Amino acid sequence: MTRMLTAAEVEAVAFHDLHEHEHAAGGSTMLGFWIYLMSDCLIFAVLFAMYGVLGASYAGGPTPKELFDLNLVAVNTSMLLLSSITYGFAMLEARRHRVAAAQVWLAITGLFGLAFLGIELFEFHHLILEGAGPQRSAFLSSFFALVGTHGLHVSVGIIWLATLMVQVGKHGVVPANYRRLNCLSLFWHFLDVVWIGVFTIVYLLSTLR
Amino acid sequence: MSTVFGKLSFDALPFHEPILVATFVAVAIGGLAVFAAVTRYRLWGYLWREWFTSIDHKKIGIMYTVLGLVMLLRGFADAIMMRLQQAMAFNGSEGYLPAHHYDQVFTAHGVIMIFFVAMPLVTGLMNYVVPLQIGARDVAFPFLNNFSLWMTVSGALLVMTSLFVGEFARTGWLAYPPLSELQFSPDVGVDYYIWSLQIAGVGTLLSGVNLLATIIKMRAPGMTLMKMPVFTWTALCTNVLIVASFPVLTAVLALLSLDRYVGTNFFTNELGGNPMMYVNLIWIWGHPEVYILILPAFGIFSEVASTFSGKRLFGYSSMVYATVVITILSYLVWLHHFFTMGSGASVNSFFGITTMIISIPTGAKIFNWLFTMYRGRIRFELPMMWTVAFMLTFVIGGMTGVLLAVPPADFVLHNSLFLVAHFHNVIIGGVLFGLFAGINYWFPKAFGFRLDPFWGKVSFWFWVVGFWFAFAPLYVLGLMGVTRRLRYFDDPSLQIWFVIAAFGAVLIALGIGAFLVQVYVTIRRRKALADPTGDPWEGRTLEWSTSSPPPEYNFAFTPIIHDSDAWWDMKQRGYRRPTSGFKPILMPRNTGAGFILAALSTVLGFALIWHIWWLAASSVVALLVVAIHHTFNYEREFRISAEHVRTVEAAR
Repeated sequence: MTRMLTAAEVEAVAFHDLHEHEHAAGGSTMLGFWIYLMSDCLIFAVLFAMYGVLGASYAGGPTPKELFDLNLVAVNTSMLLLSSITYGFAMLEARRHRVAAAQVWLAITGLFGLAFLGIELFEFHHLILEGAGPQRSAFLSSFFALVGTHGLHVSVGIIWLATLMVQVGKHGVVPANYRRLNCLSLFWHFLDVVWIGVFTIVYLLSTLR
Repeated sequence: MSTVFGKLSFDALPFHEPILVATFVAVAIGGLAVFAAVTRYRLWGYLWREWFTSIDHKKIGIMYTVLGLVMLLRGFADAIMMRLQQAMAFNGSEGYLPAHHYDQVFTAHGVIMIFFVAMPLVTGLMNYVVPLQIGARDVAFPFLNNFSLWMTVSGALLVMTSLFVGEFARTGWLAYPPLSELQFSPDVGVDYYIWSLQIAGVGTLLSGVNLLATIIKMRAPGMTLMKMPVFTWTALCTNVLIVASFPVLTAVLALLSLDRYVGTNFFTNELGGNPMMYVNLIWIWGHPEVYILILPAFGIFSEVASTFSGKRLFGYSSMVYATVVITILSYLVWLHHFFTMGSGASVNSFFGITTMIISIPTGAKIFNWLFTMYRGRIRFELPMMWTVAFMLTFVIGGMTGVLLAVPPADFVLHNSLFLVAHFHNVIIGGVLFGLFAGINYWFPKAFGFRLDPFWGKVSFWFWVVGFWFAFAPLYVLGLMGVTRRLRYFDDPSLQIWFVIAAFGAVLIALGIGAFLVQVYVTIRRRKALADPTGDPWEGRTLEWSTSSPPPEYNFAFTPIIHDSDAWWDMKQRGYRRPTSGFKPILMPRNTGAGFILAALSTVLGFALIWHIWWLAASSVVALLVVAIHHTFNYEREFRISAEHVRTVEAAR
């Protein structure tokens, strides 16, 4: 069965990379993190689907028109959108290895994030006081689950951001830290995109209905 | 008291159930014996350093497999209890299991067999084999791999805990609401279900991301997608399915827990809730899940059929396309699990037709395996025997599946024992047979000696014959209209079928026993069964090109690939292994962080199940602290010296 080749033929085919260079660690990180983000996106897809199906099940309780204050939500949305811009500035500084400037922009991003969370918590508190808590109807259950999950993600993002500020301060923008900043950047902008969906479908369209 | 212990009290311990007390005593004695032996031989340090904290994909793969086999014993114990109960409970007899216990048994059986037997075994084999098949030195994220393993173990641990502390769900393996809501399941059973699956689910998802990135980014030079071994192809598709379906399970279980813990109304009967949303969503995960299990088995059969027929796989590209088509179609069939929902004729027709279409690529695969064997020099070693048994068994299961895909037939047969027979037919006849083929096939690679063939054959025949004795009667009973999950029966004429099924379960028990004997005998006879070549089966793919067991770095030099059967191609062309010019190799360093995080998650799960809020809050804080602390570790790699590589390679 086996056909033996001539020595010259064997010589011609390389079966090994004899002069391999060491690969830096983390070469798959961005791809891996992006795959993770897409799986996270599916969690939001399920929550949007729940809202799509149950969003009009008021069970005799309050409706979006009575509950949502679009002006407040507009302010909130602008907080998140601004934080995405400032994160972009932080990345620009990080690329130039300007540690202090990057940290300042990261801090501003974090503050916008905190402002967003603060307004969201104020809204939730207000709704619960009005008797429109998550237990009131399937509509409110799905509203709190979707918006709350987004808020939880932003909170995790802020903790991560604070951790990275310390790490960048400690080691500078070394490749590992630049990679981490890039991952958080993907995460942060992703949350922005999800919020656009929340703003449109949950707030705008429900109020118009 | 309730602020300290939550809902936990002495009443949670099942003193009143003699079966559980006896089981606990047996488990405790066994556990103490293992503990004493490990302590006696001073193995704790070794286990911790070499195994528990290991980020070597090979060791992690072996640990996954061990977990799956241990849990198989538990899942099978549940199975044989059910068979015994159903064989006894006739003519006014209530059998020996009270309803409270019986309902937990059938729920635990399903949950354990899918999540803690089939999944760890499949993940274990993928973990072990995929990096070797693609010529890589480890997976893309070695630390995450270790973390995933321990999260899976953590979930299994919580399920086992429910046996002796509190109870497990009494809802069936998918915990449909409204039965699983607080109103109808006020005890902790469903909470055990939720948190064990959530914790294990984190592990599964991360391992999916990990293997996906590994296959996409870390293939050896020359290995284009259409030169990947078929097992790696099926692993790729399976991990796509994991990443694209497990988040749905996570989300739907989170919503169920909100219903139970916060009082929301997603799936309740009141205030606008909709239980059918749960059923839809859980099957959007659940149907891809069955393909997550079967695709790697298809990959194993492909490797085995071509190796033991001494031929290139017939129709490589059609095999790849069939796998990809199945991957896509698996998302378009979920509704066939509940045609009786009332979604109307058009919707049911759509899902009935998509379901039937899946049999086309699957059938193409069967023909490919048959044509691979055609005119081959077939060697009936154990992996090949399992493959042939699979083809004969699985085709029947596939055909009953197509039958169930016809909505009018399904209206008659849904939730009957016919359905139970069908899915055991494909899961045992497909997934489990595949796993046994894979274990027998790759065992010599992992340990350097083959599994004992005699006891393997004993196990094989008991399993295959036992399977048919156990499940053929269920087809008959299902056609007669017997529904699933019943605890006792009024019609005495049915009893004989349940007795035959119980006899089949006993045969399977002997098959499992013979497998354990096989492992024991193999260890005793390891010298006689040794394989010094690293290539005991005349293999075709890269994993057989390195030594058995492979060195920690897998390959001294990264191989360059010219053919889909890379190792076969190398052998054909008179390949010789390089014996000099070795270079230092950069490898990831072991870490205990994954183990610690998973241990904290177990505590968190337990605290949430029993409403021990202070403990839940502190374990969340601890989890955050440990995770953040781990990110401050920038020294994650070490270098294996060229000298060491030369010593290892010279010793081959």
